[in-house]
Amino acid sequence: MTDQYVDILIIGAGPAGLAAAISARESGMESVLVLERESEPGGILRQCIHNGFGLHRFHEELTGPEYAQRDIDRIRELDIRVECGVTVLSLSAQRIVTCVSPVYGFRTIRAGAVVLAMGCRERPRGALCTPGTRCAGIFSAGTAQRFVNLEGWMPGKRVVILGSGDIGLIMARRMTLQGAKVLACVEIMPYSSGLNRNIVQCLQDYDIPLYLSHTVTDIHGRDRLEGLTVSRVDENRNPVPGTEIDFECDTLLLSCGLIPENELSSGAGVEISGITAGPVVNNHFETSVPGIFACGNVLHVHDLVDHVSDESFKAGRAAASFVNSNNVSIGFITIKDGAGVRGTVPQKIRLDLSENTELMFRPSAVFRNATVIAEADGKVITQKKAMIFTPGEMASITLKPKDISSVSGNSLTIRIESED
Amino acid sequence: MEQIITCINCPVGCRMTVQISDNGSFLSVSGNTCPRGAKYAQQECTIPKRMITAVIPVRGSSVPLSVKTAEPVPKKLIPEIMSELAEVTVMLPVHSGDTIIPDVLDSGVDIIATRSLP
Repeated sequence: MTDQYVDILIIGAGPAGLAAAISARESGMESVLVLERESEPGGILRQCIHNGFGLHRFHEELTGPEYAQRDIDRIRELDIRVECGVTVLSLSAQRIVTCVSPVYGFRTIRAGAVVLAMGCRERPRGALCTPGTRCAGIFSAGTAQRFVNLEGWMPGKRVVILGSGDIGLIMARRMTLQGAKVLACVEIMPYSSGLNRNIVQCLQDYDIPLYLSHTVTDIHGRDRLEGLTVSRVDENRNPVPGTEIDFECDTLLLSCGLIPENELSSGAGVEISGITAGPVVNNHFETSVPGIFACGNVLHVHDLVDHVSDESFKAGRAAASFVNSNNVSIGFITIKDGAGVRGTVPQKIRLDLSENTELMFRPSAVFRNATVIAEADGKVITQKKAMIFTPGEMASITLKPKDISSVSGNSLTIRIESED
Repeated sequence: MEQIITCINCPVGCRMTVQISDNGSFLSVSGNTCPRGAKYAQQECTIPKRMITAVIPVRGSSVPLSVKTAEPVPKKLIPEIMSELAEVTVMLPVHSGDTIIPDVLDSGVDIIATRSLP
């Protein structure tokens, strides 16, 4: 017995959940419900007040709140129900959700199809094995972003940023503009994982030094952070003695990667990829559990929200089509990562592929003048050239239905071949 | 005079060498692989411009208001614009797109709200 039934239940009202809800409704689904933990829809875009969103989708540069508002306006036009302040506690393989909220109390909801759109979390200090004391003043970059942009207070005055991911770079600029002194951005790898434009606009514009191949090797301070020791690392990422630099600071921001948030998915028995840390999905964004779909950063971490929306529109449509027809595949081709390729999504393609499908992946290194190749049984199925592939930019290759029908085996490999 | 500029238009990130005359005007660019790079290099070494985004406190709201410059403004104005923003008083309600400061510092560019606060 459940309290309620809906055709499509979407968990999370960030850009992925909103897009999935819009496309499910536009595909004819009457009963669509979106559950959101925060007090308003929009997800992490609400705190991303910088611009640069929407260039692909709307052909203009919007700030995060403006981008989110476009989807929220459409949700209102379509009269889709979004319940905020609702925390989902569990999801079962039978697509029954339990959730709590101050307004509705404890509820169980059964759904014709579920779309997972919970987004991702930041890698915390505990996962970085950084030595030193457990003092106050150490925040993940996204937490600091929330404090500054949504709650209106500054986490500190003298700041060091560990990790050069885009959120860290953006926060270096934000903290500077709001009056803090950002002393350095420290990156353990020999290259930044952030976009070039952010290195220029967020660090160079404000003369913030970027220390590549460096990491934090000690944290000082009893109650509040008082200082950091930063050391150069060798090619095996081990600190080199004698290279220590001391920084006097009261705040350390961590921008060291994002991890899809899949506790609910795992509870439902959804198979999780060891590489993307998101569900294994087929070209309909359906997970290993029939009727449970996944899209956005819960599936794999994206660089651009435009791609999240694009993917989530497809997932919403596929969920609607599942509710309408409950169609089950006649079989799959498995997609494998080959040389130079990591975390290809989707991992499975239905044999009855009826429309073009984009395979997304991350290059494992920088490749110039390179070709991405889809290969089966030693035969090239399709290929695409590019001037550059970098790990910081998700890449893709499109498969056509005829490409799939030309595969005789049960797997297809994606790899990058560089001319240099 | 020579200046090295990293192009920010696309992920290739060309490192471009720009020749600038003694009076600061743009002469030539090399190292770019497309016309967009040349255009960016010229702008970047004559009047570099940036969008500015920030938040400002609003009386009666626990959530600050996010704002932006309606268009890119000269980079050198950034500190002064931030000071202007620290002084401004905003009253509720605010709608996304509302002008918060018209023609900030005579730049010809407005500061506008990027979210609504009821």
